[in-house]
Amino acid sequence: MPGPTRGFLGRRARDPRLPPGQYDVGRDWPVLTAEPTPRIAPETWSITVDGKVETPTTWTWDEAHALPPSEYRGDIHCVTTWSKFDTQFGGVSVDTLLEAARPTAEAHFVMATSKTGYTTNLPLEHVTGGKAWVVWEFDGKPLPIEHGGPVRLLVPHLYFWKSAKWISRLTLLTRDQQGFWEQNGYHDLGDPWRQQRYQGD
Amino acid sequence: MSEGLGLGGPEAPRGGWRTATVSRVRRPIQRSVELRLDVHDRIDHMAGQHYVVRLTAEDGYTAQRSYSVASAPGDPLVELFVERLDDGEVSTYLADVVEPGDELEVRGPIGGWFVWDGDTPALLVAGGFGVVPFVGMIRHARALGRLDLLRVVVSSRTLAELPYADELMDAGALVILTREAHGIRPAGRLTAPDLLPLWEPGQTAYVCGSASFAEAASQLLVGMGFPADGVRVERFGPTGALA
Repeated sequence: MPGPTRGFLGRRARDPRLPPGQYDVGRDWPVLTAEPTPRIAPETWSITVDGKVETPTTWTWDEAHALPPSEYRGDIHCVTTWSKFDTQFGGVSVDTLLEAARPTAEAHFVMATSKTGYTTNLPLEHVTGGKAWVVWEFDGKPLPIEHGGPVRLLVPHLYFWKSAKWISRLTLLTRDQQGFWEQNGYHDLGDPWRQQRYQGD
Repeated sequence: MSEGLGLGGPEAPRGGWRTATVSRVRRPIQRSVELRLDVHDRIDHMAGQHYVVRLTAEDGYTAQRSYSVASAPGDPLVELFVERLDDGEVSTYLADVVEPGDELEVRGPIGGWFVWDGDTPALLVAGGFGVVPFVGMIRHARALGRLDLLRVVVSSRTLAELPYADELMDAGALVILTREAHGIRPAGRLTAPDLLPLWEPGQTAYVCGSASFAEAASQLLVGMGFPADGVRVERFGPTGALA
């Protein structure tokens, strides 16, 4: 690590909720996507859990909404260095989906796939135990399409590119495979508290 | 996009943290700064990639932001063009404080998606400071003698606010101004009839600009029939630059 940058003071008030290298974006919620925003009608949306599971299962919009609801209240962190505090998302816990599909003993990783073909990879233990959701509400209202509506994945303890927008499939895998940004140089896990932004961090 | 996921990915060069010496500082347009950096032990980038700049305070506090590269891979220096945001922690430092001879900590090149290989036809659509990665692509195309591969359209509020305006027009860019007339074109937003004559078979479209510009421009492309999986988008908000 080199020394300080000449003349750089930095912001003084540091919120302990901010991981290193992040800043508080306030009320904004930047939209960042590598592809055109798709238009997905809730009637045509579904989510499938497949791969290394005993019972591959698909839920329609209505079926997913009939599952026990679950919500997340807390912070989210984007690798581009903004963090957003006190968010509130509503949907269903990934645990609930996995209970129905029943991962086999060989399942160790998850590939999340969007309706657009976007993919991102996660270790299974990072989407179980109340750490991940499939969400369709933000602040009590339908999740806006530019933020991944009608339904996105939410894995708030990891950088936000792991929270795939327009989620349609969770595929359980024995071995890790890289998703879209991961193939393009971003980290396989993406823990903001360890600043795992790029491969090799 | 599923078929194209890996395109340009694994092959894109990737560099770690480096020290860069600031070689030149210019402010050709208001509320911005152009920095020419001598990056020690640099790994050549691909046109469209970006660098991260990290600033460290005396107490160890750090702040970092990503900036697209405006220089061609063959340029001995790395050129960044940074919009000065009034509440920007890093951009205000770069625009107001940095002088030639300063050392900056940088990391790059980064990004394997929003890159142009120098070999395939591309339609480049930029709003405002979104032109920066496209300047890198244009300079690269010029160096290769393949400017014919690129079709460029840029949108800005006024000509005076458009970075690299002369260089873009020299490269044949269609310039759309939303707040003033330009030539025979009255002030107005980018439309599908602007884009249609620039659309050619086999192109990849690259769209770069604010979130609202990128959304509008990519929807125009998809709406006129451009395949959605051939559109690569890079958005930056008033605050951010990926996810």
